[in-house]
Amino acid sequence: MKHLPTSLSAFEQRRALLLALATQSAAPLLAPSAAVAQARPIITRPVPSSGIALPAVGLGSWITFNVGNDRGARDRCAEVMRNFFAAGGRLIDSSPMYGSAQEVIGYGLSKFDKIMGPVFAADKVWISSAARGPGQIETSRQHWNVPHFDLLQVHNLLSWQEHLPMLLAMKAASRVRYVGITTSEGRRHREFEQVMASQPLDFVQVTYNIVDREVEQRILPLALDRRIGVLINRPFRQGELIRTLNRHALPGWAVEIDCTNWAQFLLKFIVSHPAVTCAIPATSSVAHVLENMGAAYGRLPDEPMRRRMVAYVEKL
Amino acid sequence: MSEWWTYRPSDFLLFSSRTYHRLFELYNADIWPLQILALVGGIAILALLHSRIAWRSRVITVILVCCWLWVAWAFHWQRYATINWAATYLAAAFAIEAVLLMWIGVVRDPFRVDSIRTTRVRWGIAIFCFALLVQPFLGLLLGRSWLGLEFFGVTPDPTAIATLGLLLTSHRMSWLAWPIPVLWCLISVTTLGVLLQTG
Repeated sequence: MKHLPTSLSAFEQRRALLLALATQSAAPLLAPSAAVAQARPIITRPVPSSGIALPAVGLGSWITFNVGNDRGARDRCAEVMRNFFAAGGRLIDSSPMYGSAQEVIGYGLSKFDKIMGPVFAADKVWISSAARGPGQIETSRQHWNVPHFDLLQVHNLLSWQEHLPMLLAMKAASRVRYVGITTSEGRRHREFEQVMASQPLDFVQVTYNIVDREVEQRILPLALDRRIGVLINRPFRQGELIRTLNRHALPGWAVEIDCTNWAQFLLKFIVSHPAVTCAIPATSSVAHVLENMGAAYGRLPDEPMRRRMVAYVEKL
Repeated sequence: MSEWWTYRPSDFLLFSSRTYHRLFELYNADIWPLQILALVGGIAILALLHSRIAWRSRVITVILVCCWLWVAWAFHWQRYATINWAATYLAAAFAIEAVLLMWIGVVRDPFRVDSIRTTRVRWGIAIFCFALLVQPFLGLLLGRSWLGLEFFGVTPDPTAIATLGLLLTSHRMSWLAWPIPVLWCLISVTTLGVLLQTG
């Protein structure tokens, strides 16, 4: 498995190959417009602390990759990963909290070692005991089967006062590239802001979608101000938004931002925010991962269009 | 956990309904034909409840204890823990229940039904029969395949419900053995409810 491209240009060189793979493997499943979209450059965002470009759509693993020892399900997840990389994706996010998801990611990375792209491995430390944090990280690394993680985050701020110094020490020793914290569904935002304001973070991970927009008020501006990258979890509210919106027709003007389905509509809303680095929708479906990756191509909404998108969804 | 009041049951869900049901399918395939043995054990319990054999209560206890230990080890520890980290604690809880049942069975000799005339005993037997003979097939109504059905003695739901039924028939009520099966039933109902809700 290729890991941690040493430069942006190396990544760019591989992208042409990946796009060719995407066309070959995904063409039967892609709508024509999505296939056309993938012929264009993938939308990337620079990591503020390093300038390295990341594709704006990543892959989460909560629930979807927790399939235990079911070999058939593991193979389907590996197929999702193969298509994700083929479509230009790089960042995969997981956590020790997600059951077997880390092992399933490791399985997928090993299975398609020769053809997968360079993974940006994002994981978390999630344990109350500070002393057991390093051991948990090492176990996670072994599950992923990667030399080291690109990003380690303190999951849901659990024991962050203890874990963060340890992660920063790992970063200083070049054992991890970036350090961050996470929360979800709007919890502990006040404390979250305090950590953002006081600690040298590279990334934060929060919930943000077209109906849950609280982070627009303080956290996203603070991230811009502090030059902190932002990963977005629950972009579809665990599928609830997609299920609801699928009962309605996509507005005709969605074509102006190259959206062919609601998943792309929702993701383009998220990644068009200037503070957002990468959205990480989770799926166990190849068709859905290709839909999601379609959001990383084509035009993005500007501010008036973003307001129009919100108004449209709120009316439904 | 701070702001605990903001958490909903769905926040603790770690797997999809497809994964959960598949877990039972793979488990049933792995342990076949143990389900038949467990069914025979359940029918034996029913027969022993009405028999006059002196050691019947102890035999019932041994069968029940074997079921709880099996579910603790083979289901929770070996299978469920692969998709739910909390299952290791559930395995421990089921093992503790086995110890409690053993203690109650040996010390208090509880499972002797001399008369089925009382409402409590009738309810107890009805619940036991439901868990043994009816509950496994309810899964079919909920869209589960034959391979994914849950059987008394080898999966937690029917085992816990059957145990509660048996405890109701007990002529010497021992409340010590109630909390774990009741707690499991609450956990299971919540899990199934969230899985139904989230699709």
